[in-house]
Amino acid sequence: MGPEWQAVWLTLKLAGITTLLLMIIGTPIAWWLARSRHWLRQPVFAVVALPLVLPPTVLGFYLLMMLGPDGFIGQLTERLGIGTLPFTFEGLVLASIIYSMPFTVQPLQNAFASLNDRMLEAAATLRASPRDRFFTIAVPLARPGFLTAAVLTFAHTIGEFGVVLMIGGNIPGETRVLSVAIYDHVEALEYGQAHWLAGGMLLFAFLVLVCLYTINGRLAGGVVK
Amino acid sequence: MNQGKGILARFQCGFESFQLDVDLQLPGQGVTALFGHSGCGKTTLLRCMAGLQKAEGYLSVNGECWQDGHRRLAVHQRPLAYVFQETSLFPHLSVHRNLTYGYHRIPSDQRKIGFDQAVDWLGLSHLLPRMPAKLSGGERQRVAIARALLTSPRLLLMDEPLSALDRHSKQDILPYLESLHHTLDIPVVYVSHAVSEVARLADHVVMMDSGRVVAEGPLQETLARTDQPFALEEDAGVIVNAVIGERDAQWHLCRADFEGGSFWVRDEPELMTGRDVRLQILARDVSIALAPNHEQSIQNLLPARVEQIASEQSPGTTLVRLQSGDTPFLARLTSRAAHQLQLAPDMEVWLQIKTVAIVD
Repeated sequence: MGPEWQAVWLTLKLAGITTLLLMIIGTPIAWWLARSRHWLRQPVFAVVALPLVLPPTVLGFYLLMMLGPDGFIGQLTERLGIGTLPFTFEGLVLASIIYSMPFTVQPLQNAFASLNDRMLEAAATLRASPRDRFFTIAVPLARPGFLTAAVLTFAHTIGEFGVVLMIGGNIPGETRVLSVAIYDHVEALEYGQAHWLAGGMLLFAFLVLVCLYTINGRLAGGVVK
Repeated sequence: MNQGKGILARFQCGFESFQLDVDLQLPGQGVTALFGHSGCGKTTLLRCMAGLQKAEGYLSVNGECWQDGHRRLAVHQRPLAYVFQETSLFPHLSVHRNLTYGYHRIPSDQRKIGFDQAVDWLGLSHLLPRMPAKLSGGERQRVAIARALLTSPRLLLMDEPLSALDRHSKQDILPYLESLHHTLDIPVVYVSHAVSEVARLADHVVMMDSGRVVAEGPLQETLARTDQPFALEEDAGVIVNAVIGERDAQWHLCRADFEGGSFWVRDEPELMTGRDVRLQILARDVSIALAPNHEQSIQNLLPARVEQIASEQSPGTTLVRLQSGDTPFLARLTSRAAHQLQLAPDMEVWLQIKTVAIVD
């Protein structure tokens, strides 16, 4: 596998794992944000949205501090015998989860918030427990939200650069993802290779969005109203 | 605490501008109508009974306690069914899967109403593969009723199931609701603000205003009260149970006999001799004469005794309660007419009834 394909594979692996983990972590957070009246709701919402407004380097910097040997997470991971996470693939996954969190949580939260309460109440009167209602009513009705969340999270993780550079560096096969590879090529004035990678990503992003909007349009047309 | 038959419901709950405070004992079978203007708390009371609305209080249904001071069953643990005002079908499931949603969630030995039975009764067999979006309003509500019944509930709660429908769909559903009495032996609590629906469907009435019960009792007795703190206005009237006694083919009339008299009503093809009918006589269609006057167009003249004379919210009209035989009537007169006739309790008068509507 050439270094280019290695970067592509690493990028897809990172985005895939991040998306999977975020769907698991983000769904309960989004449900709570959408349905709770707790006073902590707004602060939690703000924390989740922070990566949208912060420069990735700021996020990357603090993550580096926390995950490094002097940070409290770094000390924890060392004590657990995992070693420190910066400049490893696992560290990159952790950083991506935080960085892409709003792209998972916000579409899901919107989908959950726009659920018709009547449906959940009707399910309750038909003997469905809260858990049962969540999986048989809320999740299917929020399907467009899940699709949007997964696609945006995946695509956004593929495109991240600043955080990767801060926390992952540029280790081939471990942390050298596509965006970093493109940067390297441009630095080295290898515009030909940069074109291949950059053009590929452009095409990929375009196709992903076209598919998303088409499928969502169909789902919305078929299910609602 | 009395754990006997019937429904014992006591609830208190409050929002910023509204307090619900009721203490009711309802019959353990038949249809009870919760009746009142919008905002009177009737839907809130229904939601408290279902457990959809949290409230302090007590609820037992035919001896089973669902809520008391110590514990409160969650909605899905209560063996009830609920029909909502607007469509509540799951849009991502076909009619068939909507119907089986609740049916599959109760143990098979507790299923008293079979799937085919419910589908037949509500005429749904041709709709089973369709999605809810492809149904008319009336069809959707029929599916919702069947879906509710398929949980073999021990209490059926209905929140204005007809109010979101057009006239045609209402006529489509009413016969099914009427046959609820005969088909089910469980109590039904039916929320409505339409007197005509209450007159047609209910056996027992609870009238509510501002979160409190203002009158309660069997349908006929309760509708004939003159002291309802909120006026029924145009809809004030009584219900009379009668039996079709004779059909007059020449004039297309039938005679409906009730305790203490009879009426002539317009003949309809389905009015067989011997059939039980429920008649509604609105107070505004009843006038009072001191002597029987046969030289006039009104056909239904009944002797009656004045029981009670009540002033109404508008000072121009007076509501008079009368008794003909054992049957109570209400008449709405202008206050001037009441004064000129010098009406007083125990006076013998004649009722002139312009319209008798068959409601059931």
